[in-house]
Amino acid sequence: MRYAMAIDTKKCVGCGDCVVACQTENNVPHGYCRDWIVERVDGTYPSLSLEFRSERCNHCDNSPCVRCCPTGASHIEEGGIVTVTHHKCIGCGACIQSCPYDARYSHPDGYVDKCTFCLHRVQKGQKTACVDVCPTKCLHFGDLDDPNSDVSLAIKDRSWKVLAPEAGTKPQLYFLT
Amino acid sequence: MKEELFVSGRNIPNIDPYLNIWHWQIPLYLFLGGLAAGILFFAGYFVVRGKEKEMKTTVKIAPIIAPIALILGLFALFLDLKHKLFFWQLYTTIRLESPMGWGAWTLMIITPISFIWVASYMKELIPGWNWKFDFLEKFEAFVIKHRVSLAWIMMIYAIILGVYTGILLSAFNARPLWNTSILGPLFLVSGFSTGLATIIWMSKDANERKILSRIDLVFIFIEIFLIVHLFMGFLAGSETAIEAANLFLGGEFTVSFWVFVVAIGLIFPALFETLEIWGMHVPKWLPPVMILFGGFMFRFIMVEAGQITRYLY
Repeated sequence: MRYAMAIDTKKCVGCGDCVVACQTENNVPHGYCRDWIVERVDGTYPSLSLEFRSERCNHCDNSPCVRCCPTGASHIEEGGIVTVTHHKCIGCGACIQSCPYDARYSHPDGYVDKCTFCLHRVQKGQKTACVDVCPTKCLHFGDLDDPNSDVSLAIKDRSWKVLAPEAGTKPQLYFLT
Repeated sequence: MKEELFVSGRNIPNIDPYLNIWHWQIPLYLFLGGLAAGILFFAGYFVVRGKEKEMKTTVKIAPIIAPIALILGLFALFLDLKHKLFFWQLYTTIRLESPMGWGAWTLMIITPISFIWVASYMKELIPGWNWKFDFLEKFEAFVIKHRVSLAWIMMIYAIILGVYTGILLSAFNARPLWNTSILGPLFLVSGFSTGLATIIWMSKDANERKILSRIDLVFIFIEIFLIVHLFMGFLAGSETAIEAANLFLGGEFTVSFWVFVVAIGLIFPALFETLEIWGMHVPKWLPPVMILFGGFMFRFIMVEAGQITRYLY
């Protein structure tokens, strides 16, 4: 099993619903977020191109945050989901330094917090909160090993990219272009 | 090609617009760790060479600084933790892949060794010193008998500690300024140099100071050489590495790095030490103070600047 997400950059309008849904579902403290929107404009007027990306933890296959954790608080759950055990985390910040995507932050309560791919929902067979609320249906979640899952079907016929592949982390967010 | 670029972002404290998770505590700890490693290495070295008598300050007096520095360093590390009461979790796990785990265990070994080393010279330093308990007297006799073996263990652990202060940073692939394997040897050499500076400052014996200054000069030259290589490596590297180097070559850390670290921390003290060896009068405290200042600034700047550098996507 290998959970992954595909984000359709052509359909995303950058509304930020996924961000709010995540904050509500996971009780994220005020001023913080586990997922976020990047709006990127390239080119010179009048030939401009615009891209919206709903970003979050990439749940990397080769995750530097898990490697550098001195206590084993950062670990890999079923399906390759990277999570933090709060009572094992000492808040040293090594995993925050190690993440090329800056997907982790220091929770005001001391431990390090991040996207969990809504593990608590996924275990019940539900989808992540961000995927459920997306009004343009541009987010696809599922098991890459299952050829009929949402995410497998989404990346099958489309061209896609991952972020900073040169970091060698083998990220699992697929941005459809 | 002209390119207009706009990227929106978040505003999470200490993460955006650039990372600032590690403040003064980590560089202070790296500095104290390197300094203690330097002092302990040379204390062990001169015992192994059988020069205990000639190098009294190096072997017997200066090592008193080492346990103090290590304890202060550990305290700084503790202050850096955000989930402080869970710190003991470091010692309930062994994580071979984690540099920080390695560091925690290395400190757990070298700190007691430094205490034992200092304790074994107490009777020579303070006449009439008495351990009060019989088992302590026996333990002291055992340590004195096996002092050369202890010196070897201490030297090895001092090298591990010194290299580790650099590897702690260089293991982070996500920060291009740190992600270079030369940081390990560079921090080791710089740490040894600050250790030597401390001993030179403490020593009252002109001959001992001369020997140590000569060794220190070698370390300073190796350090300058490694810094040149560091930048050569960056400038021959990818865009992220070039951007990291540019922070020091025209960017916001240019003045602080080349003035505080290279000029005040390396070139001037090397010059003064050379003059001193030639027999000119130089205030005894001047070169050591400059080296210690440069050593601290080096770590401070590297930690600050490294957090700014990142992958571009």
